[in-house]
Amino acid sequence: MDLSQLPQQIVNGLMLGGVYVMVAVAFTLIIGMLNFLNFTVPALFMLAAVLMWAILEGHGIALDLTAIAVLLVLGMMAADRLQHAKLTAPLKTGAALGLAGAACIVVWLVISLKPGDPVFAWLDDAAGKSGRWVVGIAVALFTVAMLSLLIERFTYRYMKAKYGDATEHALPLVSSLGFLIVIEHTVISTWGSDALTTASPFGNASFTLGPVLFSVPQLISLILSLAIVFGLSIMLRTTKLGRALRSIAERPDTAPLMGVEVGRIVPVVYVIAGLLCAIAGILFTINYTTVDAYVGDTVATVAIAGMVLGGLGNVWGAIIGAMLIGMVEIMSIYAVGATFKKIPIWGLLLMILIVRPTGLFGHTAIGKGKF
Amino acid sequence: MSGYLESQLIILCLNVIYAYGIFLPAASGQLNLGAAGFITIGAYASAYFNTSGAPMYLAIPASMLFCAAIAFVIAFPILRTRGVYMVLATFAFAEVVAGLIINLEFLGAAAGYPVDSHADFLVVVPVTILVVLLCFFLMSTRLGLAMRSIHDDEAVATLFGVDVRLAKVAAFTIGAALMSLGGALYGHHYNYIETQTFNVLVSIYILLYVLLGGTQTAWGPLIGAAFFTIVPETLRQVAASSGQEWIADTRFIFFGAIIVLMMVFRPEGLITRTMIDRIAMPFAGGRGGPGGRSGAAPSAKAA
Repeated sequence: MDLSQLPQQIVNGLMLGGVYVMVAVAFTLIIGMLNFLNFTVPALFMLAAVLMWAILEGHGIALDLTAIAVLLVLGMMAADRLQHAKLTAPLKTGAALGLAGAACIVVWLVISLKPGDPVFAWLDDAAGKSGRWVVGIAVALFTVAMLSLLIERFTYRYMKAKYGDATEHALPLVSSLGFLIVIEHTVISTWGSDALTTASPFGNASFTLGPVLFSVPQLISLILSLAIVFGLSIMLRTTKLGRALRSIAERPDTAPLMGVEVGRIVPVVYVIAGLLCAIAGILFTINYTTVDAYVGDTVATVAIAGMVLGGLGNVWGAIIGAMLIGMVEIMSIYAVGATFKKIPIWGLLLMILIVRPTGLFGHTAIGKGKF
Repeated sequence: MSGYLESQLIILCLNVIYAYGIFLPAASGQLNLGAAGFITIGAYASAYFNTSGAPMYLAIPASMLFCAAIAFVIAFPILRTRGVYMVLATFAFAEVVAGLIINLEFLGAAAGYPVDSHADFLVVVPVTILVVLLCFFLMSTRLGLAMRSIHDDEAVATLFGVDVRLAKVAAFTIGAALMSLGGALYGHHYNYIETQTFNVLVSIYILLYVLLGGTQTAWGPLIGAAFFTIVPETLRQVAASSGQEWIADTRFIFFGAIIVLMMVFRPEGLITRTMIDRIAMPFAGGRGGPGGRSGAAPSAKAA
């Protein structure tokens, strides 16, 4: 073991931790508020990473996925309106069928777009190769936000409307697993399951400080992710939205009695969590330049470990836990070898769950004094 | 029987055994996302005993006992956790097992481990039938009743004098033994095992078979595993024979969409107690069959 590499490894661990932080906070937001383990987080992370890759590489087909996501959300919104509209039953059925038919036609039109169609030429004109990363970020963020709205409906809203209680853990968990499968296989059927590589739009910009090499994009990512998460945590503490959020987390049944519009706040939480994963995914593509359809599973499972380490539903705990796990991963790879990393990470998680299930900084129970 | 059908039958049988291993804890309200861990232990233990000289018909029961012992020991701390914590703890357990085995040189580490004795479908199929019968029997015993009552309401089950911890540990341990049996059969059938085969996706899929099949009756995992093994494979065959490759590419997208819609429209799974009663006694009339035996309307409580 070469100790002179130690400072460099610590820096690498911090950089990796920066990616985990955002994913862990996304998990912890949903778990803290709605008490369910959201398995769409890995899917959204992966989707954002792959969309970023696709735009960087000029695969305009990425826009199809965006269009389909938008259509699905619009369709669901229209269906909701229809359900509450004052119409006779046959009219409603007819309108619903018409809506479904129109959606099918538009989806088919979108799918049948081929590279070389004007829309892609427009994309290239507007951005050019050097500026594509801006388009990539916009497309990835927008698509994930739309999908988050869709996921909110199927993991929370309809369950709540139908059964009066959406926090029963199995239903949303299984739905989110369903979304994980849908999104992963959409990506696989579009681009295959092999590793997808691209060149970083920022090259190998880096500087050295003593013996340690800092990559500029990685450093910016770390600062950005910490800034976003800190901003989020200040938002939770000080704003009206944050207070509403904390009240739902505290006691979902009482919050509406206090004038909190749960139905409006929950989608916002989903979008915030989705955007956190999306930003993490985008930064992952820019920094590590290699993504595949399963990258979300790998990153998110480690982020889960970090979240549990810090305590479920505890934003600051998730930050520290994720950084710690990033360090543990890099250090165990550095000290022993890549195949060894699972034992310390998951052993630590298992120990924490058994010995101190509230995590290092957690509170006594889910739903009490979180965020 | 053609080689193709035989290979598909084997996969179906293994999936059914795994599904029953997850079903037993799920029927008592425990979500176990650690299937891969127990399957790995079973496969490696049996292969190791076999290589050390034990014949297959001794190695497999020995591996089941070994896995049951491990499950029994970890059941107490793991079953202290509940809900999302239990999902995480079992999941972490599976990852620890995979991490340990990939670092053990005498088990072949990352290169995988060859298995000596071969088990063809004449072994796998009867064993599977036995497992299915055993699970139906278990669910009809007092233990099965206790498990169901815990699933429906743990507090009430305690009030009625059910030994909740005993029932949970029993369900978890027997389930682990069944999964190790499945893993051992996998190893002996394919004669080669590696930890990467049993990854987190395996655990997820098996849990989904059970939850989508339904945890109320012993029919659930059988139907769930059969449905989600046979339908994708049939679609693949249809795609290959008709030249419509998009069917094969997109079948899992539909699979995922079905899962999402199932949770909205049929949250208790495909097969529910009410449904079984209706099939068994179609003329009994009334919702849920005679005597209210089938329980009330589907509630939000799943697993």
